[in-house]
This record gives sequence, structure tokens and C-alpha cells, in this order.
Amino acid sequence: MPTTLTVADVERIAALAQLELTDEEKQLFTRQLADILAYAEQVQAIDTSGVPATAYVNAAQRTERDDDPRPCLAVEDAIANAPDAAPDAGLFRVPRVIGG
Amino acid sequence: MNPLDATATTIRNDIAAGRLSAVEACRAALDRIATVNASLNAFNLIAGDRAIARAEEIDRRRAAGEPSGPLAGVPIAIKDNIDVRGMLTTASSRILRDFIPPYDATVVRRLEAAGAVIVGKTNCDEFAMGSSNENSAFGPVHNPWALDRIPGGSSGGSAAAVAARCAPVALGSDTGGSIRQPAACCGVVGLKPSYGRVSRYGLLAFASSLDQIGPFGRTVADAATVLSVIAGADPCDATTSTEQVPDFSGSLTGRVSDIRIGVPRAFVSEGVDDQVRRAYEAALETLRAEGATLVDIDLPHAKYAVPVYYLVCTAEASSNLARYDGVKYGYRAAAVKDNLKEMYSRTRDEGFGPEVKRRIMLGTYVLSAGYYDAFYLKALQVRTLLRRDYDQAFERADVVAMPTMPTPPFRLGEKTDDPLQMYLADVFTVSANLAGLPGVSVPSGFSNDGLPIGFQLTGRMFDEATLLRVADAYERVTDWHRRSPSL
Repeated sequence: MPTTLTVADVERIAALAQLELTDEEKQLFTRQLADILAYAEQVQAIDTSGVPATAYVNAAQRTERDDDPRPCLAVEDAIANAPDAAPDAGLFRVPRVIGG
Repeated sequence: MNPLDATATTIRNDIAAGRLSAVEACRAALDRIATVNASLNAFNLIAGDRAIARAEEIDRRRAAGEPSGPLAGVPIAIKDNIDVRGMLTTASSRILRDFIPPYDATVVRRLEAAGAVIVGKTNCDEFAMGSSNENSAFGPVHNPWALDRIPGGSSGGSAAAVAARCAPVALGSDTGGSIRQPAACCGVVGLKPSYGRVSRYGLLAFASSLDQIGPFGRTVADAATVLSVIAGADPCDATTSTEQVPDFSGSLTGRVSDIRIGVPRAFVSEGVDDQVRRAYEAALETLRAEGATLVDIDLPHAKYAVPVYYLVCTAEASSNLARYDGVKYGYRAAAVKDNLKEMYSRTRDEGFGPEVKRRIMLGTYVLSAGYYDAFYLKALQVRTLLRRDYDQAFERADVVAMPTMPTPPFRLGEKTDDPLQMYLADVFTVSANLAGLPGVSVPSGFSNDGLPIGFQLTGRMFDEATLLRVADAYERVTDWHRRSPSL
């Protein structure tokens, strides 16, 4: 189990989480996450056979509504906070995705 | 006399009766903030011009004979992870340092419709992740009672603002104690409503199954008034409940002779500071003397609540915070020209602070292949067992009493190097979030050093009325809430 968390584990998680960590952060998180996970492992000793999971407390509630169109954000408002937008086209601009 | 020495209810009534103007109340709040904020760092943003314009509008309406709303002219501070249209909303994060929301949170819309005047946005732990307010990108908030102490977190700025009389009421958010714990640290009242009682629309999501917005006040009655305004179903948040919203203020009768108070002796027997324990026992005795019955209860899974909480909240956070990628809003790392993935990861490394990264990492780990069942799913199952503990407790008791925090507020910097020790400060608050239950912290004494100590009550699902009734009855026969810090 993960009490033996390695720097390689931390690098793998960081890649999944889209985080580019410095070497210093990798060392720090390896130690701190190992401590926290070792502490959290105590839950594994609890007998939960046949116990359902609670992801939400009000799960029984009716959450459907009629599928009617309603007003929504104007495009210029939606892109107003973008670090790089093409306002005339109403688009967010990002670095190259394919090739390069 | 400073109008801000009065409660929100008195300020509102004085304005409605013409004894005070909304502009006078607003200027008093802004003056007070200007005086104390350099010491406290409680506000990320002071909304002076907008607040005065709103207050003038309230005064105009009153002069025209229009009926006054329940918070007409009352200054209020809003935690900086709640959207106010056109007002900088940063969640105390570098990644959102320039974010201006294009819409209002539902709670903001309801508060302003009731006449409340927003005076500013309060400092907090980054994305509400923290128990000391030291994780803010804009520096820590200082406790008004002792500037070298934590104000509690994550809603430390809101709690400090109310304690320092910058505003009679404020909003915070509570995912694992982030309203109740700073309320205890700052000697004010803090209420976390039942999950689903208050809309989360416009609250920057941290852990969606736990997050809940709630009020701070100097009295239970003021917290009840704000809850009445912000509570209720909202089509913009499918997790809001359609349960009827009762008259919370009307429930404050002072009577507790019919109340059974559950005391989880075993759970509160370990790791509690002696001064906190004495204040807790004294509060129980006060309520017993008022006619309440004390009953022993057992919460056998409560001791697992901290690990369960940190497994659940980090898993949800890792998903919720995926949206901060430098594309739609917020910070983008410079000089990343030709690679989208590099732009994402560098933006997130430069934009997020250490605690947020730690939680994203932990959450990503517990959701990843091979660890999901052992950690995340297991935590959700223990969450069910914890809920069952409370269901059983509430067969014998009407409210459950615990300390809010195991110690008085600790020193700034004392626990910043050891996140696990910091997490243990949440031992008495996280259970209510995991079970969805309402909880309130009320001032219940001071340490030998003059630091506030809180007393926490947890109620049945959607029974804030009983919870607030007991808290108010306690407040009526004690005077801890009347003290104020000398700043």
C-alpha cells in the first residue's frame, strides 16, 4: 500500500492532474502525501461489507426539470475573462493543439 | 455611537424608522474597514463606491414610502469565493486574481433584493482549502483578538470582519468547518445550514457534495435572519432542497425545556485542550440549568471523519479544479507558445498555491486506478456509517453538542509545515458536512490568554429551527457574544 510513495508516483499523479511541479515540490509532496495517506489508511480496517456508498446526501431528490430554452450568458460576457480571446470570432484562443 | 455596535436587526429597524440612514451605516462600515484592515487583512476588496450607491438607493426607496426588506441598509461582507457580478472574485488564488464574474451568486441576488449592502469581499484560504486562513495568495488574516493568532479558516476574513465590527453580518462557505471553526476562533456566531438548504450557484466549487454557504453574525438572531433570506430552492442548483423554509427568527423562543442534548462523551474525551473542555462542560451545564436534558450518545465512526473527509473532499476538488486551465478565465502562464498541454500544466503550477496542489494531487491519487476502491469508495462507505451514527443519535437527542475546535486559535505559522496536523484541527466539524447536517458555533468562553472558544451544536437534517433555538437560548443567558476585541 502507498505508505511507500515514491517521487515517480508523485510525477505520475502530477501528470494526471496537469500539474508541472518543481523538483522541490516533488520532494515535499512525496513526503507529505505519504504521511497523509498513511493516516488515511485507517479507514481500510473498517468493515464496510454490504454498506452502500454515500456520494451525495440528498440523492433521493427529484432533480429533473422541463427542457425549455432559457436565456444564457452572452458570448462577449462568456469570453470577457479569457486570457486570450478572439472577440470578433467569439472564441477562446489556445496554443497549438496538433502538430508543431 | 457607532451604528455598527448594533445588531443587523437593530440597524435595519433603525433605518426603516428613519433613526439612521443606510448611507450612515454604510459609511460607518467603510470607515471601520479603513481603520482596521491594515492590521487584519480581512478584506481582499473594499467595494466603497458601489456600496454607497446601493445605500443611497435604499434611502431613496424608504423616502418614497416603499416597504423595507428584512436586511434593508444592513452592511454585509461576502467571502471572496462567492460571485458578485462585476466585482473581482479571486477565491484568494493567483489563478483567479483578475476574475470578474459575469453573474451574481443566488445568495448575492437574494441578499441585495432584501436590501443588504455589500461592503467588500473577504480574504479566505485559497479556494476555501484550509483551517487557518494561511493559504491565501494575499497573505493571512489576523485574529482580531490577538494579531499573532489564526482567525480560523477557511472563512477567516468574514469571521474577523464581523468580530472587528466592520459589518454586523457576513457570508462564508463551509466544506469541513470553514464557517464554524473561524466563528469559534473569532468569538462570533457561524452557521452551516443543511446540505441543500442554500443554493451553491455562484459559489466557486471546492467539494460539491460538502460545500454549503452560510452566515456569520454577532448574534444567533442575526444569523437566523440572513439564513431566512438566502435559504430555499433554486432552479440554478439542482441540489437545493424543496423543503419548506420555516420562519427561523420566529423559532427563537428561548425555551429548551423540551430539548434533549446529545453528548458524545467518548468522541470528545481525547485530544481536547483543557480550557476548551471546561468551556464545553460549562456550556452543557448552562443549557441543563435552563431545562434541557443531557443524554449520552455514541458516534462510533466519528473518529474516522477526518480521514474520510480528506479522501472525499480532495477527490471532488481534483475534479472541480480541473476547470482552471488558463483558457476560459484567470491566469495563464506566459511564454508557452506552441504546446497546449504545457500551457495547462505550467499555468496550474504557477497559479495554484501549495495546499491547493497538495489536495489536487491527493484527490487525483485516490481516484486513480488501483486506489479508487481502497480509498475513495471506502471513504464513501464509511460516510454512510457515519450518517447512520447520527440517525441513531437523533432518535435519542434533538441536537448534538461538541466543541467547535479542539484548541483555542493557534499561532500563525505554527502548523504550516505539517498539513496533517492542520487537518486534525477539523476533527469536530467535518462530520456535519459528511452527513449533510446543519451546525452552528456560538461563543462560549475565553482562554486564559483571552482567546475565544466556540461551542458547537449539530441538528437534524433541515431542522435549523431547533438548532438555532437552542443556540439562541444559550446566548440569552450568557454574555460571551457581547465582548469585542480592542483593536
